[in-house]
Amino acid sequence: MSSTITGKVWVFGDDIDTDVLAPGLYMKGSLELLASHCLESVDSDFASSVAEGEIVIAGENFGIGSSREQAAQVLKHLGIKAIIAKSFGGIFFRNALNYGLVALTSDELGQIKPGDRVSIKAATGELIHIDENTQLNCDLLPPGLLNMVEAGGLVPHLQQILSQQAEKGK
Amino acid sequence: MSATLAEKIIARAAGIDRVSPGEIVTCAVDLAMMHDSGGPRRVKPILEQLQTKVWSPDKVVVVTDHYVPAVDADSAAILDLARKWASQNNIEHFYDMQGICHVVLPERGHLRPGMFVVGGDSHSPTGGAFGCFMFGIGATDMAGVLVTGETWIRVPETIRIDINGALGDGVVAKDIILHLCARLGMGGGDYQVIEYTGETIASLSMQERMTLTNMTAELGAMTGLIAADNTTTDYIRNTGSDPGDIKRWQGDQNAVYRETHRVNADKLEPHVAAPHSPANSAPVSEISGEPVQQAYIGACTGAKLEDLKMAARVLKDNQVARTTRLLIAPASTRTTAAAAADGTLATLTEAGAILMPSGCGACAGYGAGVLAENETCISSTARNFKGRMGAASSNVYLGSPYTVAASAITGRISDPREFLNEDKQS
Repeated sequence: MSSTITGKVWVFGDDIDTDVLAPGLYMKGSLELLASHCLESVDSDFASSVAEGEIVIAGENFGIGSSREQAAQVLKHLGIKAIIAKSFGGIFFRNALNYGLVALTSDELGQIKPGDRVSIKAATGELIHIDENTQLNCDLLPPGLLNMVEAGGLVPHLQQILSQQAEKGK
Repeated sequence: MSATLAEKIIARAAGIDRVSPGEIVTCAVDLAMMHDSGGPRRVKPILEQLQTKVWSPDKVVVVTDHYVPAVDADSAAILDLARKWASQNNIEHFYDMQGICHVVLPERGHLRPGMFVVGGDSHSPTGGAFGCFMFGIGATDMAGVLVTGETWIRVPETIRIDINGALGDGVVAKDIILHLCARLGMGGGDYQVIEYTGETIASLSMQERMTLTNMTAELGAMTGLIAADNTTTDYIRNTGSDPGDIKRWQGDQNAVYRETHRVNADKLEPHVAAPHSPANSAPVSEISGEPVQQAYIGACTGAKLEDLKMAARVLKDNQVARTTRLLIAPASTRTTAAAAADGTLATLTEAGAILMPSGCGACAGYGAGVLAENETCISSTARNFKGRMGAASSNVYLGSPYTVAASAITGRISDPREFLNEDKQS
């Protein structure tokens, strides 16, 4: 329940939309193909350079736009473990949590630079900026949503509900 | 205690007397709508993994609109999967290639005031024009709804936008919403509810109200709402449905709004949003003159019958510029039939417009009509994000069907009011 995510960050600005995260031209193809074009129009190196366990730091309205959950799914596929932004597009925020991605909001991200390392504890909202040796704070997720993310997302959560219902039915 | 319209609908769906903003509640879903892109192909593997079935097939509507008609084996397979899934799951309300989901849903009488509806598409706030609480969700959330018949929401606050005065000739709902996008920004809705009120709203037709609530998504709101009135009930009765008791589905006089923004419709000009954000909009006078290789009238927000009539009014006795192609994709098959019957289609094609299939088309780059590198398009669609309509370096400007049609004639972004005179009444 108190897992910590530590990793290198990628930093993006405001209004990173779903069509930049998951371009429509590749939406009918495989997840691998779509992921290889993730964010290409704002950072052509991202998809080829991002590594397992890394973290996205962003500005306002991250994931604004479409309901396509592939916008969150490709980030997870590429190894991203958490997204900390000033604010999120509302549908993207739900989609990210449904995929078990830690998505937190914070107003204290200004000093974090590309390539810095941070450590996040979703349960407490603690965000350690390792390079500057400072502790920042994120807004807390409601307990129910935190549990869902820690369980791996909505599908594992639904599995739990269904198996509980089956137990009761016996 | 007073309540907003949104709070009344959410409380009813949650089965409790009242709700407060910020509270997390679980709501029973009255209707779940999904399309070929975010629907069956995404939820089928999840339902299979969970070894369960759709909770209530009669409360599910499936529409194919994103990949229609199929252009290659991949899109054909997506449509084939949707058809087979709808059949295997006994989805009676399956509309195959009948138009864009947000237009088909009200056309076929599925939306009524007071309903709590989820849509597997971000432009689901369109349904809010009918006084129902309809919002967009992703496919995993949709799978959760299909399994349980419920979903959670954090009760939103309500932001009121009060619009009064008379819109000038050639100024329409698209111009109101583009103005609001510039004024409030893409995060201005803060995933709360926006409720539109005022005499201007009361005077708008249902199709115009739909344009407004549709693009409430571009304000970052959870949904947009317009309380039902006689215009709403007339529309719903014409579809053969019963609108029910609309008095119950009005916000209280003393309801608490987070904030109120006022718009003077008298002074509003046609607006155009420059690349690459709907919030990057300004009066057309500040943007006009930019050459366009393509003009596109399409999408849920911009190709309903009234949208086509706006374009026809401008294009009558005019010709599309030789340097520009005008593509028109009517929003539904019923739109096409009505526009054929009343002569609108003939006016459009005589002016040189190219008629496209009904569907989401080029709007999100899924269908035909996408742009080459460095091309510029003016479009009646909802979003002009970078690369959305084709190549990453292409540029999309957004405007009303009037403005798109006027720009198609001149080959440059143009003020439509120059093409509207007293001889050209709709």
